[in-house]
Amino acid sequence: MRFMMFMYPEIEEKDWGPQEGNVEEFEAMSRYNEELRKAGMLLSLDGLQPPSEGGFVKMTDGQATITDGPFAEAKEVVGGYWLIQARSKEEALEWASRCPAQNCRIEVRRVFEMEDFPQEVQDAVEENFGG
Amino acid sequence: MAGAERAIEAVWRIESARLVAGLARMVQDVGLAEDLAQDALVAALEKWPADGVPDNPGAWLMATAKNRAIDRMRREANFQSKQEEIARETGALFAMERSDFEAAADEEIGDDLLALIFTCCHPLLSPEARVGLTLRLLGGLTTPEIARAFLASEATVAQRLVRAKKTLREARVPFEVPRGAELAKRLPSVLEVVYLIFNEGYAASAGEDWVRRDLCEEALRLGRILAELEPREPEVHGLIALLETQASRLAARHGPNGEPILLLDQDRGRWDPLLIVRGRRALERAEELPGPLGPYGLQAAIAACHARAIRAEETDWVRIAALYDALAQIRPSPVVELNRAVALGMAFGPEAGLALLEEIASERQLANNHLLHSVRGDLLEKAKRPDEAATEFKRAAELTQNAQEQHLLLERAEALA
Repeated sequence: MRFMMFMYPEIEEKDWGPQEGNVEEFEAMSRYNEELRKAGMLLSLDGLQPPSEGGFVKMTDGQATITDGPFAEAKEVVGGYWLIQARSKEEALEWASRCPAQNCRIEVRRVFEMEDFPQEVQDAVEENFGG
Repeated sequence: MAGAERAIEAVWRIESARLVAGLARMVQDVGLAEDLAQDALVAALEKWPADGVPDNPGAWLMATAKNRAIDRMRREANFQSKQEEIARETGALFAMERSDFEAAADEEIGDDLLALIFTCCHPLLSPEARVGLTLRLLGGLTTPEIARAFLASEATVAQRLVRAKKTLREARVPFEVPRGAELAKRLPSVLEVVYLIFNEGYAASAGEDWVRRDLCEEALRLGRILAELEPREPEVHGLIALLETQASRLAARHGPNGEPILLLDQDRGRWDPLLIVRGRRALERAEELPGPLGPYGLQAAIAACHARAIRAEETDWVRIAALYDALAQIRPSPVVELNRAVALGMAFGPEAGLALLEEIASERQLANNHLLHSVRGDLLEKAKRPDEAATEFKRAAELTQNAQEQHLLLERAEALA
């Protein structure tokens, strides 16, 4: 089974991403990523640029509105993710708790697989994307 | 299972292989190493629910296992009279007191793990024993889980594991990573084990036990570990490339009632793009290394041709035929020849495939193989020779043991009448 681990760094936007002051933390993080890879667990990962480099789309009754903000508080913003293959939720949580970050939250979520959907939904997906 | 126990089990799944590997390096016996690791697990199950999981659970388990080992050997040394055994075990005892797991470099841990893989997959052992031991010591699976995964009884699996460990002990197989020519000789039996585990999971149908289906993921995990630990071997990347690409089709292989769907009929929208990309990258790593692709690399390249085609009609059959040709040169087998005939038929027209079938049917003992007749039937049908095609399908139906397949073949024969 697959789990997505979302990381929410508890920092200000100006401290976002690798910079002079946090080389050590990024080194530790890359060792951690390497450990995940060597354990055969890591499927993919990415670090995200600060929210100002992205934007928001709000859907209201099917109508899309694009805005720059509102920015949530920095600590409610995803800073990156890992997609891992694990054998149980507990194993994924154990891996998440080995993350070397100083201050952050990590949310661990199990990924839906096609088999988790009812047959009707599977068929509908097939019609739209198949062939 | 209580929450604490599940958390401990998770730690165990993460740590057990490294633990057993580190211990095996010290005591030079995987069976003893496993017992010591199990002792540490029992201690953890006693302590952790009350005290909480320690900050560095791996180091805790290692320290505990080492202490148990030292106790156990001191006790046994007092009772055992055989001089040789005492000498051997005291040597191990000193080694154990000296070595410090926490200080072990990453590289050393990697070497221990690799040595454990090579020991579990030693050619002295039967393929079944290798598979069992690998799942047990590298996957951290329990005996009942292995039994369920392989549809065998627990007693059979337990006995197989005991015998395997005894064989390794009696043969005094050194706990080490083979190098040079020895590595080349031993690697195929390791790759075969990973491949067998994957195939067992791949053969499991949709409704079956999750333990069986999880074998695919376990094999992928083992293959990826191997690719990190032995990155200079092209076949290691070839194998993982093949497995990632095959795994990308897992969700597309069965219809709603569990019926198998052939590759060319599969809904490609259900193929997993992430695994396809991972497979392609692994194949690139294999190709970048010096030397030609081996059997796994070639099969991965064939799988990649299918993965690249967004629709079945876009498949590059000329390339696939060439790859099968190469595969037939280095690893000839009737199944490879049949697949080559199919590819030739798709690439250059049915007559090209039929010509090859003529050759191999006379050369090899394939005459009574149902696949030969079903492939020939298919090619004859495409060549607009319906009567001959129907005869071949009927013959194939007579020869197959599989009821579902038989039904399908007779249907095709009837449709041609």
